[in-house]
Amino acid sequence: MAETATHTDHAADHGHHSSTGLSNNKLAMWLFLGSECLLFGGLISTYMLYRGRVQNGPHPSQIYDIPFTSVSSFVLLMSSLTMVLAVTSAQRDDDARTNLWLTITALLGATFIGGQVYEFTTFYREGLGFTTSLFSSSFYSLTGFHGVHVSVGVIMLLSTMGIIKRNKITGNKAEVVELVGLYWHFVDIVWIIIFTLIYLIPS
Amino acid sequence: MAIIERPSSEVATPAVVAPSQALGAIRRPVASKGWRSWLFTVDHKKIGIMYGVVAMVFFIVGGVEALLIRLQLALPDGRILSADQYNQMFTMHATTMIFLFAMPMAGAFANYFLPLQIGARDVAFPRLNALSLWLLVGGGLILNASWFLGGAADGGWFMYAPNSGPVFSPSNGVDFWVLGLQIAGIASLIGSINLIVTVLNMRAPGMTLMKMPVFTWMILVVQFLLVFSLPVITVALVLLMFQRSYGATFFDVSQGADPLLWQHLFWIFGHPEVYVLILPGFGIISEVLPTFSRKPLFGYPFVVFSGASIGLVGFGVWAHHMFAAGLGPVSVAVFSISTMAIAIPTGVKIFNWLLTMWGGKIWYTTAMKFAIGLVVLFTIGGLSGVTHSVAPSDTQQTDTYYIVAHFHYVLFGGMVFGLFSGFYYWWPKVFGKLLNEKLGSWNFWFMVIGMNLTFGPMHILGLQGQPRRMYVWTEARAGEGLFNFGFWNMVSSIGSFVLAVGILFFLINVVITARNGKQAPADPWDARTLEWLATSPPKEHNFDRIPVVHHLDEFFHRKYEEDPNTHTMRQIATGEELIRAEEAAADSDIHLPGPSYWPLVLAIGIGVLGLGVVYGTPVMVVGAAVVLLASFGWVLEPSVPEAIDYASPDGDGHSKEIATHG
Repeated sequence: MAETATHTDHAADHGHHSSTGLSNNKLAMWLFLGSECLLFGGLISTYMLYRGRVQNGPHPSQIYDIPFTSVSSFVLLMSSLTMVLAVTSAQRDDDARTNLWLTITALLGATFIGGQVYEFTTFYREGLGFTTSLFSSSFYSLTGFHGVHVSVGVIMLLSTMGIIKRNKITGNKAEVVELVGLYWHFVDIVWIIIFTLIYLIPS
Repeated sequence: MAIIERPSSEVATPAVVAPSQALGAIRRPVASKGWRSWLFTVDHKKIGIMYGVVAMVFFIVGGVEALLIRLQLALPDGRILSADQYNQMFTMHATTMIFLFAMPMAGAFANYFLPLQIGARDVAFPRLNALSLWLLVGGGLILNASWFLGGAADGGWFMYAPNSGPVFSPSNGVDFWVLGLQIAGIASLIGSINLIVTVLNMRAPGMTLMKMPVFTWMILVVQFLLVFSLPVITVALVLLMFQRSYGATFFDVSQGADPLLWQHLFWIFGHPEVYVLILPGFGIISEVLPTFSRKPLFGYPFVVFSGASIGLVGFGVWAHHMFAAGLGPVSVAVFSISTMAIAIPTGVKIFNWLLTMWGGKIWYTTAMKFAIGLVVLFTIGGLSGVTHSVAPSDTQQTDTYYIVAHFHYVLFGGMVFGLFSGFYYWWPKVFGKLLNEKLGSWNFWFMVIGMNLTFGPMHILGLQGQPRRMYVWTEARAGEGLFNFGFWNMVSSIGSFVLAVGILFFLINVVITARNGKQAPADPWDARTLEWLATSPPKEHNFDRIPVVHHLDEFFHRKYEEDPNTHTMRQIATGEELIRAEEAAADSDIHLPGPSYWPLVLAIGIGVLGLGVVYGTPVMVVGAAVVLLASFGWVLEPSVPEAIDYASPDGDGHSKEIATHG
């Protein structure tokens, strides 16, 4: 019980010290996401520069399966909705629902990753390896980086759920879920941009 | 925020409460003395000192590399280094000085003084702070390990692709370079987020942004530059890594790649990086000049906003490094103009410093001498910088010694002089002892003379056409007359040793001060900012009572009051008295973060993970496992040390130290 007492003080301390009104954790997460924008900015620029440079192997228009990727994009976007539901449940201190929505979000994210694995395998069979052309290298780098981000997100979601379940969370529970949510939404928004630029705009 | 509260006495029943554990097994490290207290510390002051030590070691390494370069070029047909060794030497000299000396040393000052200047007890994320330090150490070790593992990187500090690709740079040197910089980059990114949150969120009550010390302001600007520029070089490094280790062709021109891609990505990071290096120096002398002129900083808001606008415009000038690459007239014109424009806020700052000194009662301490040295030498370097913004002239100067002269004037004359000014100014704060002023004077004059002898002639060499990075010159091509290549190269090499002697004086000074230095007075310089309201060295919790701020230069305004009749400042208290008053009114429960193993373990994991790129997948898997383990340990470790982690308060109930566990 001593632990709970100190945690409450800890949370109260937040409001006391913060000059901006935002908690330290949230401010740090926003800064990190700002930095991530530039990371994806660099990768997207590289892709945009190289997407037409195909010396070997298939051309973008020959292999993209827009209906398939649209479906998996839809799945990922829906996971943002379930994430919002998880955050509101956490704010209402409803652990059971929080965990339920976190699990569903993680499953949707995992489905997206599954789709990406399937897509990569298919592309590979059709002759688009990582080193086939400048287009393929930059395509796999960009979407791969995004896939890693989603995977890390899935791990974060599942870990958060496990930690909440065992009541081992250190810090403000609703805020932890919200921070994971911020990251998750960011990854989704980046995908909207990537999907548009890669799949929808013809090179 | 991992600021934690010492449990109040009614909770402190050590016999019942289990020790705080992570992963259900490992006890929190609680040593307050000995090497463990340093290795697992999260105290921003200890971390700051360790940053300083690490940076100083790399300063000496980089300095020795520089001396070898100058020895090689002192005489025609130099035989000290082979062409290959020479390439490695200048590459590692620059990389070490920039990433392993300049940035960490600025980080040392930032870590130590930023919380003190804003009246906080620690940074926002103490454990992340420790992680930054250990990642930097890991990155530095990986970078320099390449010397012993088949040769260091040899492509110059900006490592232009395709030259840095596997075809032209077959040794593993570039691989280690890429990995080391990625890891050091993660360290800087974490550090910058941490410091921004600290400044924005943890200022003492009453300290508005426009009441912050200029040093804190400049560090804040620098951290924003880092947050938005580091990810760009990370992309470049990752692409190069994919090319070198996994067969991609991002920079392979025969596959249709664009060689300018690397240059853009690198310089979008690289130019903000230049301001990352110089702005801390500006910040330091903006503290030193007013203190030793006995006047407030002239035009505080102008100094602040010009610093911020340097940072902002600094993102829009990167292509002036690429004028020789054939960007086309429109790009060249735009970047020419933006480069000229950035001279304006810089000039504003210089005039503010001059006007700060104007009419002041100047006290020529060593710190002040270095600060004035910065103003003079940086101005020289800044002026040669403006000549680069003129594209036609720049195409002449590109890749000559003129460039080398320019950036050493701004970086050595600017940044390094700023850092040395900071050493002399803040040494009594950190270690409680004053550095010897007489040795300081020797240190200063040897450095000024040495620096001008070394880098001054490089202007002439460059304009005479000596290319940058050539490993040898011959008598036949040295030109005619007394003042030919040979003469100036010799002067420059002699100068570099004078410079080295100057730095030796500093190291001697440090040793002598540590051995026999007298205890410094509490406020030796009649200083102006909040860090002097803490004791010297500061207590573990910095301030006995969190100060409430009413003025810019709060500490000064607590000591002095304006006489309404004569409009002069008269002293109403000494610094010593103010510190005693704070001690008397100390808070009873002080919040301190708890030490942790996990930053060090996580840093080791990331280092091993990185080495896996060179040494294969099994190494990578081990690294990943350690990273995962450490992350969970980190998350599950209560940020709050439990009652048992503390010594039993021995009745007084006011013990502020974490106990040593037997």
